[in-house]
Amino acid sequence: MGNSRRSFLKVAGITALGIGTKPVLDVFASSGGHGAEPKPEVSQNEEALTAKKWGMVIDTRKFHSAEDLDPIIEACHKIHNVPELTEPKHEIMWLWGDEYKHVFTHKEHELINDRIKHLPFLVLCNHCEKPACVRACPTKATFKRDDGIVLMDFHRCIGCRFCMAACPYGSRSFNFRDPRPFIKEENKDFPTRMKGVVEKCNFCAERLAVGKMPACVEASNGAITVGDLDDPESEVRELLRSNYTIRRKPDLGAGPSVYYIV
Amino acid sequence: MLELALKGDKKYWGWVIALLAVIGVAFAVYLKQLDFGLGITGMSRDVSWGFYIAQFTFLVGVAAGGVMVVLPRYLHDYKAFGRITILGEFLAIAAVVMCLLFIIADLGQPMRAFNVILYPTPGSVLFWDMIVLNGYLLLNIVIGWNVLEAERNNIHYAKWVKPLIITSIIWAPAIHTVTAFLYCGLPGRGFWMTAILAPRFLASAFAAGPALLILLCLIIRKVTKFDPGREQIQSLAKIVTYAIIINVFFLLCEVFVVFYSRIPSHMSHMQYLFAGLHGHGALVPWMWTSMALMATSIVLLVIPATRKNESVLAFTCVILFIGTWIDKGMGMISGGFVPNPLHHVTEYMPTLPEILITLGVYATGLLVLTILFKVAVGVKEEAGGLKDTCESC
Repeated sequence: MGNSRRSFLKVAGITALGIGTKPVLDVFASSGGHGAEPKPEVSQNEEALTAKKWGMVIDTRKFHSAEDLDPIIEACHKIHNVPELTEPKHEIMWLWGDEYKHVFTHKEHELINDRIKHLPFLVLCNHCEKPACVRACPTKATFKRDDGIVLMDFHRCIGCRFCMAACPYGSRSFNFRDPRPFIKEENKDFPTRMKGVVEKCNFCAERLAVGKMPACVEASNGAITVGDLDDPESEVRELLRSNYTIRRKPDLGAGPSVYYIV
Repeated sequence: MLELALKGDKKYWGWVIALLAVIGVAFAVYLKQLDFGLGITGMSRDVSWGFYIAQFTFLVGVAAGGVMVVLPRYLHDYKAFGRITILGEFLAIAAVVMCLLFIIADLGQPMRAFNVILYPTPGSVLFWDMIVLNGYLLLNIVIGWNVLEAERNNIHYAKWVKPLIITSIIWAPAIHTVTAFLYCGLPGRGFWMTAILAPRFLASAFAAGPALLILLCLIIRKVTKFDPGREQIQSLAKIVTYAIIINVFFLLCEVFVVFYSRIPSHMSHMQYLFAGLHGHGALVPWMWTSMALMATSIVLLVIPATRKNESVLAFTCVILFIGTWIDKGMGMISGGFVPNPLHHVTEYMPTLPEILITLGVYATGLLVLTILFKVAVGVKEEAGGLKDTCESC
C-alpha cells in the first residue's frame, strides 16, 4: 500500500512538473527560429494609417504656457479613460508637461534663455527602438509592434512593475487602486483598466487602426506631427530635415521616437 | 522526520502559536491589500518598488549566505561544519520561502503570477530569478532532507546527493547575482548601474547570512540539548569578518567613483541617502546608523578578544545584521528611485499595512525555520549531539 501510494505520488509529481515546465522548455526549443508558428490571418482596416516606423515631432515653439498643453493632455486622457486621481503618488499619466531641466536632464544649464527655462514640454512614452521596458517584462505583456509602437496587454500584466523601473523616461504609471470610480466620463470605445496593472501612452494605436490621427495630434493645432520615420517623403522627415531637433536621453541608446523642435 | 516537529514543550508551542497569530493578522491585512490594491502601501508612481522588494533582495542574500557553511564542509572537507551544515541549508529554505512570498505580496495581480511560466521570456531577468530561486529552494529541500535522514539512520547519504550539493554551491552565488542583475542592467537608474552591484550584494549576503546563523546557533545551544559548537561559531565569525570588510570596501569604491566623477545622475542618489536632496532626507539618519553599525561590527570582529567572546560576538552579529538590513532593506531599493528619471524627488516610507504584511512574511519564514530546525535539532539530539564529532559526516 505504502509503496504504491509513494509511486503514485512520484508519477503525479513528475507529471505536474512536466505540465508546469512545458511552456518554458518550448521557448528554448523554438528559440532557433525554425518551425515558426502559423500566424492567424487578420485583415486590416483599409482606412488604417500605417507606417514602417512611427515617430512624432513636437514643435515646442508653438507652445507658450502650461495652458497651451492642457487641451492636448485632456484630449488624450479623456479618450483613453485615464482616471483623475487626487493622490499624486497614485497618479496615472499618459501625456503631461514638465520643465526643460526635468525633461532634458542631460542638457540643462543655468544660463538657458527664459523662454526655454519656463516653457512646459510635453512628455509621453518615447516608443523606443530598443525599449528597456519590453526587455524587462517577464510575461511579454508589454511588447513592440513591427511598426515601432510599444503597447501594453492589460490582461497579461502581472503588475510586477519591472517595466517602470526599466523605463528611463518615467513614462509608465501603475494602477495603485481601482481607477474606474475616478473616470469622469467613460469612453465606451476604449477599455478601462483594473487595479494592479501598468499603463502608458499607446500612440493611439486604436485610432490609427481606423484611420484617425492620434488624439494629441488632432488637439495640438499643428504643433504635434506623427508619421513614418522610414519614409523620406513623410511630413515628420521633412520637419526633421528642416529643423534642429533633440530627443530625451539619446545617450542611453534606447532610440526614442519622439523628437522635439526647440 | 516531520513528526519531530510535533513534539515540543510549552515554550515551543507558545512560540509557534505567536507566529501563527502574527501570520493571521498579516494575512487579514493582505486581503485588504488584495481588495484595495497596492495603494495601501507607501509606494508611488516614482518609487514603484518599496519595502517588499527590498526585503526580498535582502533575504536572497540570507539564503545565499547558507552556502558559507556548505562550501567549507564539502569543498574543503572542513569537518567541523558537518555539525551545522543542515542549519545553513534549512535557513536557506526559510529565506527563499520568504523571498517568494515577498514577490507575491508585491505583485499587482498575484493571481496572474503563473503568466511568467505560461509566457516564458528568457530576455527578462525576472524570468531567470524565478528559475534560480525555485531551483535553489528545491535543491536545499532535497539535499537537507536526504542528508539529515541519512544522519538519523546512521548511514551515509545517497551517492546521487553529492552532485546536487556541488550544484547548490554554485547555485547560491547565482541567486544573488541574478537578483543584482534585476537592478544593475536598467538604463537611467544611476544608483544601481554599477558592475560591482552583484559582488556587493554577495559580500553583504555572506556577512548577514552567517551572522544570523551564529545567532541561531547560540539560541539553539540555549534552548535545546544540542550544541552547535564553539569552533563552528568561531569559524563562522571569521567568515563574517572578511565578508563585512569586503562589503564596506565595495561601498567605499562606489563612493569614490560616484563623488570623484561627479556625474549627477549617479551622485544624486548617494546625496539623497546620505545628505538629503532638495530638502528631502528621510533616509539620512537610517543610512548613517547603518554605516555606524557596520563600522562598529568590523572593529569588534577584527579584535580577536571581542570576536572570541561569545557574548560580545552575539551583540556584534545583531548590530551587523541590522546595519546590513538598513543598507539593503531600506536604502538600496528606494535610494535607486530617488530622484526619479526626471530628477524629481518623491520620498518613500512604508505604511503600517505594508509593515504588517512584511512582518507576516517574516513570521512565516520564522515558522518554517522553527519547524525545520526543530526537526534538525531533534535528529542531532537523538544521535547524541552533545558529542563533539558528527558520526555520519
